[in-house]
Amino acid sequence: MKTYQADEKGYYGEFGGAYIPEMLYPNTEELRQNYIRIMQEPSFKKEFDQLLKDYVGRPTPLYFADRLSRKYNTKIYLKREDLCHTGAHKVNNTIGQILMAKKLGKNRIIAETGAGQHGVATATVCALMGIECVVYMGEIDIARQAPNVARMKMLGAEVRPALSGSRTLKDATNEAIRDWINNPVDTHYIIGSVVGPHPYPDMVARFQSVISEEIKWQLKEKEGRENPDYVVACVGGGSNAAGAFYHYLDIPEVGIIAVEAAGKGIDSGESAATSALGKVGIIHGSKTLLMQTHDGQITEPYSISAGLDYPGVGPMHANLYASGRGEFISITDDDAMNAGLLLSKMEGIIPAIESSHALAILEHRKFKPEDVVVINLSGRGDKDLNNYIEYFNL
Amino acid sequence: MGNRINKKLKEEGKLLSIYFTAGYPKLGDTVEIIQQLEKNGVDMIEIGLPFSDPLADGPTIQQSSTAALKNGMTTEILFDQLKDIRQSVSIPLIIMGYFNPMLQYGVEAFCKKCQEIGIDGLIIPDLPVDVYHEEYQETFEKYGLINVFLITPQTSEKRIRFIDSVSNGFIYMVSSASVTGAQSGFGDGQQAYFQRIADMKLNNPQIVGFGISNSETFEQATKSAKGAIIGSAFIKHLNGHGVEGISTFIKTIR
Repeated sequence: MKTYQADEKGYYGEFGGAYIPEMLYPNTEELRQNYIRIMQEPSFKKEFDQLLKDYVGRPTPLYFADRLSRKYNTKIYLKREDLCHTGAHKVNNTIGQILMAKKLGKNRIIAETGAGQHGVATATVCALMGIECVVYMGEIDIARQAPNVARMKMLGAEVRPALSGSRTLKDATNEAIRDWINNPVDTHYIIGSVVGPHPYPDMVARFQSVISEEIKWQLKEKEGRENPDYVVACVGGGSNAAGAFYHYLDIPEVGIIAVEAAGKGIDSGESAATSALGKVGIIHGSKTLLMQTHDGQITEPYSISAGLDYPGVGPMHANLYASGRGEFISITDDDAMNAGLLLSKMEGIIPAIESSHALAILEHRKFKPEDVVVINLSGRGDKDLNNYIEYFNL
Repeated sequence: MGNRINKKLKEEGKLLSIYFTAGYPKLGDTVEIIQQLEKNGVDMIEIGLPFSDPLADGPTIQQSSTAALKNGMTTEILFDQLKDIRQSVSIPLIIMGYFNPMLQYGVEAFCKKCQEIGIDGLIIPDLPVDVYHEEYQETFEKYGLINVFLITPQTSEKRIRFIDSVSNGFIYMVSSASVTGAQSGFGDGQQAYFQRIADMKLNNPQIVGFGISNSETFEQATKSAKGAIIGSAFIKHLNGHGVEGISTFIKTIR
């Protein structure tokens, strides 16, 4: 059977793999050899499930958005990842990886962060476990995201500025990888998305797959069927989308819609729509689609949403795009902001700007009245209040 | 004609190899740096093709790469600068760079161009030996290029044996678990690692890189290895003293 899951070498079609310097080989190899076995251990599963329930607050609701459904004349469900502890789906992965790190005997955690959401989620689980935590963050992002920097500090993490290159997420990732090269034995690197060398994309997707696992039984309860007609999620690196799509990847009757950030427009030169603008290449150890110059230098993307401006995309998504299994739509800053405001006014939910991109497709794409459309509401908008205030002159 | 790298490795004595970033300090410095290095007795040169995201490099090489790209360096410009290099330079030349720019140029086209110019080998830190062996080895060999792999103190014996079997020039022995950039000398742990590798009696000689910055570290590194590579320390020197200062730098090494 054709599958859209990773093969044992970490390839999704032609995408994925592990294009890493030899210095990283022992680190990723240790993980590769152990991650599936550890995830399947009953003691691991028990602790993971327990923490997701009691600490994260899972299962998150699958909410039928009645007013929104009437407005767009289709059946819209919101998967409420915004109700997770720390405010987004990111924590599903960091809980899983901190338990993985403990099983592997690691006593130091490093992570990269862009807007700070993954950094906060990592600092949170390190505090929970009493493990040392260093978060790399681009110097420019540190200045832009002061509240999240403060959160990480309160949680006991050290925030180290990435001073190289463009001093944003991709450079923070480079710095974290360099730290891991320098500390190969005691340190585990918690990557925040379905990117990086094998086994990260698959491991992170498995930890996030709880999202679609819950959608299945929740939809069964509400609609009498496990499979929606469409599942929609925003994609930067693509971890919330990977989680929302995971159990539907190989079910062809479920439409998969990935929403990328068009920024100021695909042709504006200020965009993060990797599927439209990217070419096959290597970024952070993975063969995937990425935004780059003719000469193969990685370029800096733009989106109003700090969580979507990554120049690459997870290899799972690159394959969904290339194979045609997924429908890829890009949404501009303006359309996303308006969709965020609309959800706030119509449903009383202020979404993260990332998630607003996913919501904006309702304006862009027709669904049938009988269609069941599940939109993954990946995070809440508290962190984006300043952007909303500035944009709408609130 | 045999590869210049293999011939050089057969010579008596320890080899001094120098890395520099092409397009730095100035875009047009490439050829003069290479000529000066040969004139001052350097045995082999690694020409760094700059990349926006050099994962395995420390601050010095990162900064030189960023500056070189800002200066306008590209793969095509580098090849153009090097097109007549064999009229004036005869020591082995290696291009060291990350895989993505090569992939965008086209791996076969890149190899072909290297052969035309007279490049002898490549070092591509993020092209793992397994992928090379399965997908690219034939192409590299078709164009007479030697691909050089890295090993580290953490590389298992089994993997070192595999790397040795795929290599046909030398093995780049990374001195410690680190990114590039000078450290303060080698401790007992590193000496033991150098000796351990020497005792494996590999088919390919070893050249040590990462953390070599002066005559002392050069001597320590080459006690059991065939040679050593200096990168960051040379770039720092270029930074302070320019191309004119190359002979002074080399004289401090040996």
